[in-house]
Amino acid sequence: MLHIYCPHCEELREEEEFHCSGEAHIARPLDPDNCTDAEWGEYIFFRKNPRGIQHEMWYHTTGCRKFFNVTRDTQTYEIKEVYKIGEQPKVVAEG
Amino acid sequence: MSQKNRLQSGGRVDRSKALTFTYNGRQYKGYQGDSVASALLANGVDIVARSFKYSRPRGIVAAGAEEPNAVLQLGATEATQVPNVRATQQELYNGLVCSATNGWPSVESDWMGMMGKLGGKMMPPGFYYKTFMFPQSMWPTYEKFIRKAAGLGRAPTERDEDEYDIVNQHCDLMVVGAGPAGLMAALTAARSGARVIIADEQSEFGGHLLSSRERIEGKPAAEWVAGIVAELAKLPEVTMLPRSVVNGYHDHNFLTINENRTDYMADKAPEGQVRQRMHRVRAHWVVLATGAHERPLVFGNNDVPGCMVASAVSTYINRYGVVPGNKLVLMTTNDGAYQTALDWADAGREVVAVVDTRSNPQGERIEAVRKRGIKVITGSGVIDVQGKKRVSGVSVAGLDAKGEKVTGNVQQLSCDTVASSGGWSPVVHLSCHAGVRPVWSDEAIGFVPGPSVQNQLIAGGISGTYALDKVLAEGAKAGQEAVAKLGLAASEVALPNVRKVSEGTPMALYHIPHTKPTSRAPKQFVDYQNDVTAAGIELATREGFESIEHVKRYTAMGFGTDQGKLGNINGMAITAAVLGKSIPETGTTVFRPNYTPIAFGAIAGRNCGPLFEPKRFTAMHKWHVENGAEFEDVGQWKRPWYYPKNGETMQQALDRECVATRESVGILDASTLGKIDIQGKDAREFLGRVYTNAWAKLAVGKCRYGLMCGEDGMVFDDGVTSCLGENHFVMTTTTGGAAHVMEWLELYHQTEWPELEVYFTSVTDHWSTMTISGPNSRKLLSELCDDIDLDKDSFKFMDWREGTVAGVPARVFRISFTGELSFEINVQANYGLHVWEKLFEHGAKYNLTPYGTETMHILRAEKGFIIAGQDTDGSMTPIDLGMSWCVSNNKPFSYIGKRGMAREDCVRENRKQMVGLKTKDPKVVLPEGAQAVADTKQPIPMDLLGHVSSSYWSANLNRSVALGFIKGGLDRMGETVYYPLADGRVIEAEICSPIFLDPKGERQNV
Amino acid sequence: MQRYSGFGLLKHSLSYHENWQRVWRNPTPKKKYDVIIIGAGGHGLATAYYLAKEHGITNVAVLEKGHLGGGNICRNTTIVRSNYLWDESAALYEHSMKLWEGLSQDLNYNQMFSQRGVYHTCHTLGDLRTNERLVYANRLQGVDNEMVYADQLQKEIPALDCSKDARYPILGASVQRRGGNARHDAVAWGYARAADALGVDLIQNCEVVDMEINDGKITGVKTKQYGVIKADRVGCVTAGNSGVMAKMAGFKLPVESHPLQALVSEPIKPFLDTVVMSNHVHGYMSQSDKGDLVIGAGIDGWVGYGQRGSYGIIEHTIQAIVELFPLTSRVRMNRQWGGIVDACPDASPILSETPVKNLFFNCGWGTGGFKGTPGSGNVFAHTLAHGKAHPLAEPFSLNRFNTGALIDEHGAAGVAH
Repeated sequence: MLHIYCPHCEELREEEEFHCSGEAHIARPLDPDNCTDAEWGEYIFFRKNPRGIQHEMWYHTTGCRKFFNVTRDTQTYEIKEVYKIGEQPKVVAEG
Repeated sequence: MSQKNRLQSGGRVDRSKALTFTYNGRQYKGYQGDSVASALLANGVDIVARSFKYSRPRGIVAAGAEEPNAVLQLGATEATQVPNVRATQQELYNGLVCSATNGWPSVESDWMGMMGKLGGKMMPPGFYYKTFMFPQSMWPTYEKFIRKAAGLGRAPTERDEDEYDIVNQHCDLMVVGAGPAGLMAALTAARSGARVIIADEQSEFGGHLLSSRERIEGKPAAEWVAGIVAELAKLPEVTMLPRSVVNGYHDHNFLTINENRTDYMADKAPEGQVRQRMHRVRAHWVVLATGAHERPLVFGNNDVPGCMVASAVSTYINRYGVVPGNKLVLMTTNDGAYQTALDWADAGREVVAVVDTRSNPQGERIEAVRKRGIKVITGSGVIDVQGKKRVSGVSVAGLDAKGEKVTGNVQQLSCDTVASSGGWSPVVHLSCHAGVRPVWSDEAIGFVPGPSVQNQLIAGGISGTYALDKVLAEGAKAGQEAVAKLGLAASEVALPNVRKVSEGTPMALYHIPHTKPTSRAPKQFVDYQNDVTAAGIELATREGFESIEHVKRYTAMGFGTDQGKLGNINGMAITAAVLGKSIPETGTTVFRPNYTPIAFGAIAGRNCGPLFEPKRFTAMHKWHVENGAEFEDVGQWKRPWYYPKNGETMQQALDRECVATRESVGILDASTLGKIDIQGKDAREFLGRVYTNAWAKLAVGKCRYGLMCGEDGMVFDDGVTSCLGENHFVMTTTTGGAAHVMEWLELYHQTEWPELEVYFTSVTDHWSTMTISGPNSRKLLSELCDDIDLDKDSFKFMDWREGTVAGVPARVFRISFTGELSFEINVQANYGLHVWEKLFEHGAKYNLTPYGTETMHILRAEKGFIIAGQDTDGSMTPIDLGMSWCVSNNKPFSYIGKRGMAREDCVRENRKQMVGLKTKDPKVVLPEGAQAVADTKQPIPMDLLGHVSSSYWSANLNRSVALGFIKGGLDRMGETVYYPLADGRVIEAEICSPIFLDPKGERQNV
Repeated sequence: MQRYSGFGLLKHSLSYHENWQRVWRNPTPKKKYDVIIIGAGGHGLATAYYLAKEHGITNVAVLEKGHLGGGNICRNTTIVRSNYLWDESAALYEHSMKLWEGLSQDLNYNQMFSQRGVYHTCHTLGDLRTNERLVYANRLQGVDNEMVYADQLQKEIPALDCSKDARYPILGASVQRRGGNARHDAVAWGYARAADALGVDLIQNCEVVDMEINDGKITGVKTKQYGVIKADRVGCVTAGNSGVMAKMAGFKLPVESHPLQALVSEPIKPFLDTVVMSNHVHGYMSQSDKGDLVIGAGIDGWVGYGQRGSYGIIEHTIQAIVELFPLTSRVRMNRQWGGIVDACPDASPILSETPVKNLFFNCGWGTGGFKGTPGSGNVFAHTLAHGKAHPLAEPFSLNRFNTGALIDEHGAAGVAH
């Protein structure tokens, strides 16, 4: 079970308090009406799904109800960092 | 019966406390401090099981968690049956009842044993893949017989009355194992003030020191242990958990411990106590001090009762005062096992010989054995065993230097016990649980933990360190390291004084060759529980199963309840030998949780039965119960479904509720609908982005219905949102969708549009909501409300007003889900029951009729209103639902769902669209879920046009009504479709408008 | 291929089982193949077998980075059923079901396919509605499925708690009586042996590290152990690693890889002869021929390639099982493990052409992979042989995620196990 530091509550909490919301840093296209079907499909469905470093969003469901970002190794499950929405990760995948 | 193998003195059993127990229906005696296994051995019980495949008699082999054979059914009553209890780990208590799990008529003389002998030759590994195929139709019959032979123990047939609980723990250091290494680690850390949990599966701390005759600080090891335990007990930050198996070591230093609270004293927990407790531990650091398991050697007929692991023999003698036989032959590849010969001799029984596979073993213990006049046969091995139900003798032969071939003559020795030691396997199990593969160590002749990304340290046997002085030092070092990592001040811990023993080099040997090739030699067992033999492993490897994973799966090696603790390394060695590879080249062996099996009840804790999930009740629940409501589960809520009166059938009750509502007035408890309070200067803009329709112009005091879609344009929720103030709204959602909608709003606000100033608060539980609906609803309300002008022109349809109802502050919404004149009264939840009861006081004269979810469904279906989640399934756009009126195309912002709805497939023709369905025979109600076809004569698979999503008998219309989906349905009004049913009937229906009643909406506008 | 039979066993027992043939060769790869299949899991091996058997294409290599049959095929809970909601899914899974029936004989390898029935329990009116809809659809799609209600269900499965005082009382169940279990390893090994016998090269310990793509067309793969191996067409069947392979080929997939956990009890005397699944309380269970209770848990909600998930999921699953079968409270859990499932947004697989010519992907089976094995292999072999999708595979294209023609099985089952 993951042990997750909520950057808003500033505490380590059990995974059970959170809900993972998938890949982070996927911005909603600013002009959806001018997206092609393929561009829209890319936005809503296609994912990097990396084996290794991934940036993902978590929601502190039963805590502060805030979203935040987590950089996590999807193979070892190590959490490398947490950072708030709007911030950029310091740990990034090589290559 | 006398305990013929019990020593007069010695061991840790309390001879003043005799216990009686029953095994296979017969009474035996043992002592306090015995395990079931030691008590059985004390009484000379040889056979404890019949093997899985060959039904061979099996005896106790080991003394701990690694025991593969002594797996018993325990329990004195039906409700307290426990299947598959390992006799070596079960403490004896007075009145304990247990039995062997297989064998007919008895485990002693099992008729299946005959079959095993006859058919055994036809059962090489994987035989079942090669047969039982012909004819195809016979497999169920074959399987019936296979299943008859399946399983060890049995589940009880009565409910478990015991309770289990779960506690969460946090600590600086979790020490797993309270042997010498674990105790030193715990002591070192605890003295520095660290918060320590130390757990051990045994009843007492001390690990192997409890069964050893070693001395520490000049005193018996157990005395030293007692001193340490006493000190730990005094330290306030130390939690000591004996009888506690650390069964899983998960990511982020999360561990689970199964604490046996009462199993050691009874099969049913005493009143007021929990049977077992799971500790869920988060540890900053973990020291694994789990020790090592001795490996038996693999040789011919090594499963005959009387064949045991050497250290287990010592444990029975030293810890339990039980010598499990009279004449011992000991076979070893190392010095350590010589101690067993000394222990046996000291117990006053005969050591026939020590057979050492090494040609020139030298070491202190060997000298000691030789000095006692015990014969040591070097460069040799026990190649097979004689005896059926107990060892009667062994064949010993000379081996070549590598132990690969028999070289010398074969000599026979008479004995009743064969102890063997092939060295030790570090107990690496927990270190594997978080995905780390163990690595081979030539020095330890075993796998040791691989590098971990967790805050994990190891000490003692697990790291391949077996000499006591080094084990103690490693334990202290691990404790110091943990202290340093935790940033605590180091404290002095002196290493205890232990006499060092000089030892010779052990030999890496696993499988003792026979004069015959392995395939023809007597069976040489590797995994006792699954009847896996050396020949079987060789055959599997020859057949092409070369990866160790393949070998394990093909032979079932390691898949037993012991998870291959004794056998896996031996099996890998045999595979490696066939392939001419080293053990690590064939792969590693990965262990998964649990370390030892854990009761389901313990894992579930109290979260079963009534506490499986919370039940949510509305404030009026008591009234519903008292008034005979039947309930429906909606999410976690218990909602009134319908209110049968005086023996009414469900349909009769529904008819009455439906008619009463449309003729006079009905009332629904709608409190479970999700309610979200939305405030902020951009609240209105936000609503416009998450709903498909327009919100810019909704005035204060007005309500509006909205549809919510995903980015794919598919409807997922709906509800009415009301404007409370220029920057203040209250949104309602479906009962089941409330939590999801809340997260959805937060997601978009926090991650996409943080620049919008808007705040969301869930207020579902704050309000009680009751809807009065029907032509008399205004009259009824007016009796209880004098500060809202209820006149139809000042309080219009889709308006809301704040006022007082039944003396209580209320929000009243003039919205309708029935198509009737309706008022939705919202009051603080605390007042809910009061207002509800007041309504009934005044409503009696109007025949105010409570109705539940089912009548609500019927009334709205008559009006063609959808229920999100029933009429939608995630594949419908608003257009598909015929709700284009609820989609705005001229909002400046491209709201959620707009682009999705415009994708190629969403705008194609012939999509399934929601329509009304009128059965040709008005008395016939279409079953929900039924599928429409255009032509009933098509062959199967038929072309399905769509399903019926809602369907009811309408008492008001005196006919059935249904909503459903039809390909291109909106353009097919008046056409006929057919619904073939399972019983062969076909229901004919006409496609029509989904609005069956009052299409102009006049009834709600009065 | 040496035929297996009871008689063969008897014969070989007389020679101490010393003369059994190898089940498959251990060939060194050729320089070039007509078709390379990446991944020797169940679906990859089945694809190879049907390519050789039904399309006569035997110049085929299956490249496997570890040992064959070592992925999800050996980690699943072995449930086979075909009662899916949408026409496209029902057709594909039913195609698979028909191949299951007779697979032992076709492969001459006992799959231990037991059609003991798969029940989906209904705990709410919504559950009932969903399952009734499924039953109506399935019967017209040619898939057997029927409803049984609480009293009858209690008779059919005595150990199941159908009492009214449960937290979520069981109101009924849909049951596909042709559904059941098969022996997972036998599927992999049976297909491997049969494919090998037809001339397919199974190359184990051969990891694909890159793809040779020129002008948008694949011409071969680069392996860690054997360098470049050329191929006219390449089929990628690497569940649990699909995203990584797609990245190699230069595109993304609408797939996320999640841990899916399972567990078994100790072997106990059989008391459950069917498969019971509850989407509402989230647990499902069958009992193997060895006596183990085989229990499936839910998917972990985050991406994970570690073949393990969170303990909370195990806890919740066990709670559900004790809730459904109170008599398991004293039974003990022996072992847990995890697989990696490639989950698609619509809980339906991808059997498709890709942006790279001659490169085809078969992935995204989520939790439904095992039951789909024969059908998946069969239609994917056709796709590889013809260079375009089999009619049953057409709806399962990658392009559906652009057009919106999803085949959404979530709504149908809550969780599409």
